[in-house]
Amino acid sequence: MTDTEIKISIRNLYKIFGDNPQPALQMIKEGMGKTELLEEHNHVLGLNDINVDVPAGKTTVIMGLSGSGKSTLIRHLNRLIEPTAGEVWVDGENILEYNDKQLRHLRQHKMSMVFQKFALLPHRTVLQNAGLAPSIEGQSEHKYADEARKWLDRVGLYGQGDQYPHQLSGGMQQRVGIARALTSNSDIMLMDEAFSALDPLIRTDMQDLLNELQAELQKTIVFITHDLDEALKLADHLVILKDGFVVQQGEPQNILLNPADPYIEDFVSDINRARVLRVRSVMTKTTEPSGEYAGEIDHNDNLESVIGLSEGNTALSYRVLKDGQQVGVLNMRKLVRALVPSEQSDDPESARRSG
Amino acid sequence: MATYDFVFDGLGLRNWCGSSSDGGGGMTSMADLLAKTSGQDAATSPWETPFPSMDELHRACPGFPQSRELTTGLEEGFMSIKDGLKVVVDPLTQPLSWALNEALWVMQAIPWFVMIPLLMLVAWAVGRSLKLVGLVALCFGFLAFVDYYDYTMQTLAIIFVCALICVMFGVPIGIAMSRSDRLQRGMIPVLDMLQTLPPFVYLIPLIFLFSVTEPKLYGIAIILYAIVPVIRLTDLGIRLVDPDVTEAADAFGMTKSQKLFNVEIPLALPNIMAGVNQTIMMSLAMVVIASLVSAPGLGVLVLRGIRSLELGVGLLSGLGIVLLAIILDRVTKAALARINVSQSR
Ligand SMILES: Nc1ncnc2c1ncn2[C@@H]1O[C@H](COP(=O)(O)OP(=O)(O)OP(=O)(O)O)[C@@H](O)[C@H]1O
Ligand SMILES: [Mg+2]
Repeated sequence: MTDTEIKISIRNLYKIFGDNPQPALQMIKEGMGKTELLEEHNHVLGLNDINVDVPAGKTTVIMGLSGSGKSTLIRHLNRLIEPTAGEVWVDGENILEYNDKQLRHLRQHKMSMVFQKFALLPHRTVLQNAGLAPSIEGQSEHKYADEARKWLDRVGLYGQGDQYPHQLSGGMQQRVGIARALTSNSDIMLMDEAFSALDPLIRTDMQDLLNELQAELQKTIVFITHDLDEALKLADHLVILKDGFVVQQGEPQNILLNPADPYIEDFVSDINRARVLRVRSVMTKTTEPSGEYAGEIDHNDNLESVIGLSEGNTALSYRVLKDGQQVGVLNMRKLVRALVPSEQSDDPESARRSG
Repeated sequence: MATYDFVFDGLGLRNWCGSSSDGGGGMTSMADLLAKTSGQDAATSPWETPFPSMDELHRACPGFPQSRELTTGLEEGFMSIKDGLKVVVDPLTQPLSWALNEALWVMQAIPWFVMIPLLMLVAWAVGRSLKLVGLVALCFGFLAFVDYYDYTMQTLAIIFVCALICVMFGVPIGIAMSRSDRLQRGMIPVLDMLQTLPPFVYLIPLIFLFSVTEPKLYGIAIILYAIVPVIRLTDLGIRLVDPDVTEAADAFGMTKSQKLFNVEIPLALPNIMAGVNQTIMMSLAMVVIASLVSAPGLGVLVLRGIRSLELGVGLLSGLGIVLLAIILDRVTKAALARINVSQSR
């Protein structure tokens, strides 16, 4: 992640809910745990020393179980919640030093948000909802209508502009939510469990839509979910939270292959690894042509497709290409080993950790 | 001998009481007199032990005030602040008198053949229902036919003015209450009191404050009585606004006032309108009572029915009030229903 530009940078962020957070903060810094703090001092530890860099133009997914502090964290990025301590840098400015006016400017132009329960204005039409950001700036409906309609069309709501939100299904309402965020023309989109309230099929549709939009627009997206499949489908950068602190962050493939913690091992144990893992994460890196190849595959193919290609024959090897150039070779044996969660694999990282 | 002599003797307050209880000192009540004449003074059984009320204690100790003195004390207290109060309240409430006078004049000056269609138009604008417009025409037509048109218009004028003022003050107060838990805790007992005090009770101090010929006298009584629901329901409505939606408003950078006018009030509107409906109905109830203090309108006819036992007049004007109530209720409910349709989810 070092080569990409950093859009948002969170430094030593703490949040403690309660009447008198400063002394509680001191205790946390001295090593007190979340349950202890709640039982003995009646303060809730929301976030504990968070350091996260959000790369520009990529999707960063924050994942964790319920109550791990995901919503709290994302609300610090536009200061819907004020931190107890720490810094949040956006485009090189510490937004915690912003006054009200600067903060409103940030919220109107730089960051937009998509909510789990859609949070549309029920008394406004779909078009007016999509145009919320320009209308807050004082633009008339007449003026923002084209822009808003463009994004409504883009998310698949042709000609629905005059409906009211309650006339739409949940999936359609969330499309309005996304159109509303896009119409604001902000670089950063914050999405708090945006698809969690939708049923599975619609949810997959929406994930595909988001990936499509992202390929086209390259927004900086911070996406929250408690669903690992969703996280892996969307994430360029994955941050895993537990009880208010970051357990592990990095490229999703990497986390999958080298979980740093039993908590994450638990998380990743149930998923379909063949579908999620990519050739590039399990191949042997080499540009040397050597031996016999059963065929050529792309570095971004998932393992499932390679297994299909090999028809289950573990004796084969494939040449891995990136933009037509060889970047590695994939031995089917290695592929099969990668399908088993890490304890049993001979991956050097996990071997070091367990040994 | 009075029952509670021992209290004052026991506390050693006999001297403070002045002359020792002579039994004949204060011929205060009819009961005393009766007791005297029947000559069975001290022979009371324990069953008849009186409650240690002010009068009873006074009998044991003349220095102790009678309950009559409490009421006169209250009265004198009120009288002594009355002038000061009047200096402040009189100019403040003067616009109310003007507004009522103007409204009464306008409503009666407009000829019926303009007024009734105008009211039908208002009903259409608010409710968008032909049935409702028909109902309005029918009711006003009937009231005009039985020669109650002027009285009806007077009542309507008073209700319009008072309900409008209730909304003008009630909605901001309700919003302020929804913002501050402390204010809410302070206001709720006041609102409870305003709503539970019998309406006649408002009238008494108001009569002392203002002359009976001034319209603001009944105006204030109506407003005090009818403003409660709109305050309560505005407070409730704003508090019930979906927090997710207000969060979205914040997240997209709305200012506080944008949030209030574009999100909170529109979303609370169904509740506010329910409050307005109740406020109007309560003004109607009060405007009848206020005819006791010279409020014009249908109430005057009801009063005439009672005073001079004109049964027919009383019943017919009562029916008129019912018709007016039905119209006002249906029209405001129709407005409410329209808001609800566009907001239901
Ligand atoms: N306003 C608040 N006051 C007190 N505690 C709070 C408050 N908001 C959140 N918390 C606590 O902070 C912790 C993190 O909450 P948060 O809502 O961020 O979790 P989450 O990861 O978003 O969970 P979910 O998946 O259920 O949405 C929880 O323990 C919660 O109880
Ligand atoms: Mg949450």
